[in-house]
Amino acid sequence: MEGRTLLGRLSWQLGEVVATRPETARTKSITLDLPGWTGHRAGQHVDVRLTAEDGYRAERSYSIASPPEEAPRVTLTVERLDDGEVSPYLTEELRVGDKLELRGPIGGYFVWEAEIGGPLLLVAGGSGIVPLMAMLRHRDAAAGTVATRLLYSSRALEEMIYRDELNRRMKSSAMLEVLQTLTRAQPPGWTGYSRRIDLQMLREVAWPVEQRPLTFICGPTPFVETAAAILVKLGHEPARLKTERFGPTGEKKHDGE
Amino acid sequence: MSEGFFSRGFHGRRRTSDLSERLPPGQYLERDFPVLSAGPTPQTPLASWDFSIVGEVDQPKRWSWDAFHTLPRETITRDIHCVTKWSKLDTYWEGVSLDLLLAQVATAAEYVIAFCDGGYTTNLPLEEVTGRKAWIVDTYEGEPLASEHGGPARLLIPHLYFWKSAKWVRGLRLLEKDEPGFWESLGYNNHGDPWKEERYWGD
Ligand SMILES: Cc1cc2nc3c(=O)[nH]c(=O)nc-3n(C[C@H](O)[C@H](O)[C@H](O)COP(=O)(O)OP(=O)(O)OC[C@H]3O[C@@H](n4cnc5c(N)ncnc54)[C@H](O)[C@@H]3O)c2cc1C
Repeated sequence: MEGRTLLGRLSWQLGEVVATRPETARTKSITLDLPGWTGHRAGQHVDVRLTAEDGYRAERSYSIASPPEEAPRVTLTVERLDDGEVSPYLTEELRVGDKLELRGPIGGYFVWEAEIGGPLLLVAGGSGIVPLMAMLRHRDAAAGTVATRLLYSSRALEEMIYRDELNRRMKSSAMLEVLQTLTRAQPPGWTGYSRRIDLQMLREVAWPVEQRPLTFICGPTPFVETAAAILVKLGHEPARLKTERFGPTGEKKHDGE
Repeated sequence: MSEGFFSRGFHGRRRTSDLSERLPPGQYLERDFPVLSAGPTPQTPLASWDFSIVGEVDQPKRWSWDAFHTLPRETITRDIHCVTKWSKLDTYWEGVSLDLLLAQVATAAEYVIAFCDGGYTTNLPLEEVTGRKAWIVDTYEGEPLASEHGGPARLLIPHLYFWKSAKWVRGLRLLEKDEPGFWESLGYNNHGDPWKEERYWGD
């Protein structure tokens, strides 16, 4: 479990929103210009801090969706939780020209760089795609040909974040396969998987154990638990499985999308 | 740096909570129990589980699962605070005090590093885990501790951010000199006091 060390000190910095882009009905990408940004690695996150006029503050973490190659611009992709405190502000209120306070990059473990190699298995549930997307974008930007498979689980096609971009990247990039599963609703003619991630699916999708793939899993807790446990059962080395869990914890409400 | 800055159109939600004095700065109240870990959940059969105290000690100590359960136990009700900003109030645990475990070795060490299944480590000054401040717990809310929360046993150090409360703990290594653990060498604060917001290096 080695890792490289980070900068000595993380201070708050102000970025300017230079673009926003709806990804799905509930998610929006926010691109910031951060003059003081010293760079990041794919998979890292930032802490965002909102301050009300009376000084009240709220902080949350958001993964960086953009690759290091785009620094000092940084893109976050935020999913709106209707009863949330911070995500409705970021997805609905914040607009181009506004300033946003954040610090980072944070996290030196759930990271991938082209020179680490592969084969790479990325397993995403819902908005868990965000840090994995940074890895895919970095892979392409670094002219990487690392053999990569992404297994992406969403509830329905309309909830799939970065859908067009993923299709485009798959078409234009050798050695990238994107496999999708829709757990709640499938459009007519759907040829992907139509269920939650299970042993059979991972047996089909995961690289053979002998190839010693490096795996990154990100999504809601029950999703990550299930996927990681199955891969260990299939014989993958625990030390080569990296996980990040975020999003709401409600194990009843969010059934492993 | 950004003194006087405020976020246009942001009002915030939870200003008027009678519990706010129990929430360290930057924390919000969580009713679920989020899980955060860096890799898959280890599964160690109880028959091969043990807990050891090693390092700078006169004689290393080791307890099997059964031996560990002959030790005097305590119940602990405390608030816990995760560096990812959630806090959970009045969590209820059962386990063995580190005071009791450490009393069984003689040492001149001043630091300790906890080691775990899966390779995770976290470091602490000995004085942060003695004096009724830390436990090895195996029960949460009256049930055996679930594996995703660190079962069969985890550290519980409620006064520090919860990454210090190492899951799947298997032992303590006593050290004369401090040595950063897993997150501590990846940018997280060496100490981790939630009331001082010691989240990252330099905080
Ligand atoms: C490392 C990391 C990376 C992350 N990356 C991303 C990312 O890339 N994209 C992304 O969208 N999110 C990401 N998250 C999650 C993000 O940090 C926030 O948790 C998320 O946006 C919700 O914040 P919120 O303020 O909108 O909701 P909160 O106000 O925190 O509420 C969260 C949920 O808790 C429930 N809740 C809150 N308060 C109460 C209450 N008083 N009573 C009952 N229920 C309550 C609500 O049902 C709500 O749905 C990441 C988290 C981590 C830790």
